[in-house]
Amino acid sequence: MTFETLGWQGLVILVVFGLSLLIATYCTYAERVIAAFMQDRVGPDRAGPYGLAQPLADAVKMFTKEEFFPGGASKTLFTLGPCLAMTTALMSSAVIPFGNAMKFGDTSVHLQGIEVNVGMLYIFGVVSLGVYGVMIGGWASNNKFSLLGAIRAASQNISYELAMGLALIAVLMISGTLSLREITLQQTNPGAWHFGDIFAWNVFKQPIGFIIFLVCAFAETNRTPFDLPECETELVGGYHTEYSSMKLGLYLFSEYINILVVTAVMSVLYFGGFNYPFQYEFLDFLSNKAGLSADWAHNIFVLMGVVAMFMKIFMGIFFFMWVRWTLPRFRYDQLMRLGWTILIPLAIFNILLTGGLITTGIIK
Amino acid sequence: MSLFLFLTFVALLSALGVVLAKNPVHSVLFLILTFFTLSGHYLLLNAQFLAAVNIIVYAGAIMVLFLFVIMFLNLNEATEPKKPLLAKVAATIAGGSLLLIMVAAMRNVAPAGYDAATFNSQVGMVDKLGLVLFQQYQLPFELASILLLAAMVGSVMLGKRETGERNF
Repeated sequence: MTFETLGWQGLVILVVFGLSLLIATYCTYAERVIAAFMQDRVGPDRAGPYGLAQPLADAVKMFTKEEFFPGGASKTLFTLGPCLAMTTALMSSAVIPFGNAMKFGDTSVHLQGIEVNVGMLYIFGVVSLGVYGVMIGGWASNNKFSLLGAIRAASQNISYELAMGLALIAVLMISGTLSLREITLQQTNPGAWHFGDIFAWNVFKQPIGFIIFLVCAFAETNRTPFDLPECETELVGGYHTEYSSMKLGLYLFSEYINILVVTAVMSVLYFGGFNYPFQYEFLDFLSNKAGLSADWAHNIFVLMGVVAMFMKIFMGIFFFMWVRWTLPRFRYDQLMRLGWTILIPLAIFNILLTGGLITTGIIK
Repeated sequence: MSLFLFLTFVALLSALGVVLAKNPVHSVLFLILTFFTLSGHYLLLNAQFLAAVNIIVYAGAIMVLFLFVIMFLNLNEATEPKKPLLAKVAATIAGGSLLLIMVAAMRNVAPAGYDAATFNSQVGMVDKLGLVLFQQYQLPFELASILLLAAMVGSVMLGKRETGERNF
């Protein structure tokens, strides 16, 4: 890798980092606006036009609040908890391909933090580490409600990781690679132009796997209907009961980053990532009719892919919020029963089905 | 090389931390750090799959369960069992002699060198590893899976509710 490409790659990593923070910031705003819309309220509209400065106001409030350490709490671990939650949340966006490769003369820049051939396992590993922030914070608070919330989070994440992993195995069987970039590139069919291109997306080959992954994604990010770790009717505030100031802010913020990452992974694995319908017509139009140079036509085509990817991500985030204000919370035993006795057997059946369809040559 | 030395330094330091930490939760956290540095070593050896699986299985699943149990047990100095002096002395002698035997056995071992010209740097990649596991070592692989299945059946049997028993 030359110095120049290294510089470009560093820039891409910075942009991904900044964008995930920005999107997570505005998720807090979007969540309240969507909640208000669904409950026929006005929602935040005081700070700035349409309340767009609300996240800024929230941040100022969070930073200026008193930092509080509960008595008997381990100070180091109490601080480490939110830090870990935030770090693990931000780490996972490194391997997500937000776009194809851009070309500038001889240099080609992959719009992806790092390209590794075990991308899917990397995501899975980082997601499984996410629970430490919650567990350490909950335990260090020296509060029984926090501890119960932490224990719930841990057992919920471990249970749903299994079903999620089994759903991913079925995708892996079709794609034959763990690299997220390769998986994305496979989900297009240059022969079939027009709208038919979207039928190369994995969601059409893996409908059962997708539903399992979706349910597990809700459980892994601790979102309603599976937000038992912070269930306020039973546990006050769950694992972050004792947290105040920006430490609480980091916990809440990491939840939104997790949603962003999980929807990005979902769009890469099941919705074709940066592929979009009519993309080959668009490329043909740019290079042959619009009179652009080959490089520029390719770059605009790639940038449209980035836009498509982010549209898919925003749709996913909207879906998460939509579900939050539609479905009531599950009971804890219902959650465990769903995970162990329905999702895991279903995922194993899905693997067998996928294997059967591959050997008979129905799906490739 | 400097990365290797750094990782080794952190690995040894955190491994010592596991043994020396007074609080069992701190011990578990040090152990997790040790697993991370070991994964770093695997990455340096170009074994990406092993590194990722090490994080997922050990750091992500097994250590979460460790932490889980330790948080429930409420271990502190007041509840720590006191061992008699004789047991401590016996444990020190046994551990020390094990160390002595290992050092004596390893002292004259020369690491098998590899030929840089013929060495396949892709050997730790996931597709190569899969081919080796499912062709060359298929029988041991399947035997290991049967062992895991037996352990799984056993734990389900132990955790199963007896008739008439109430767990909560």
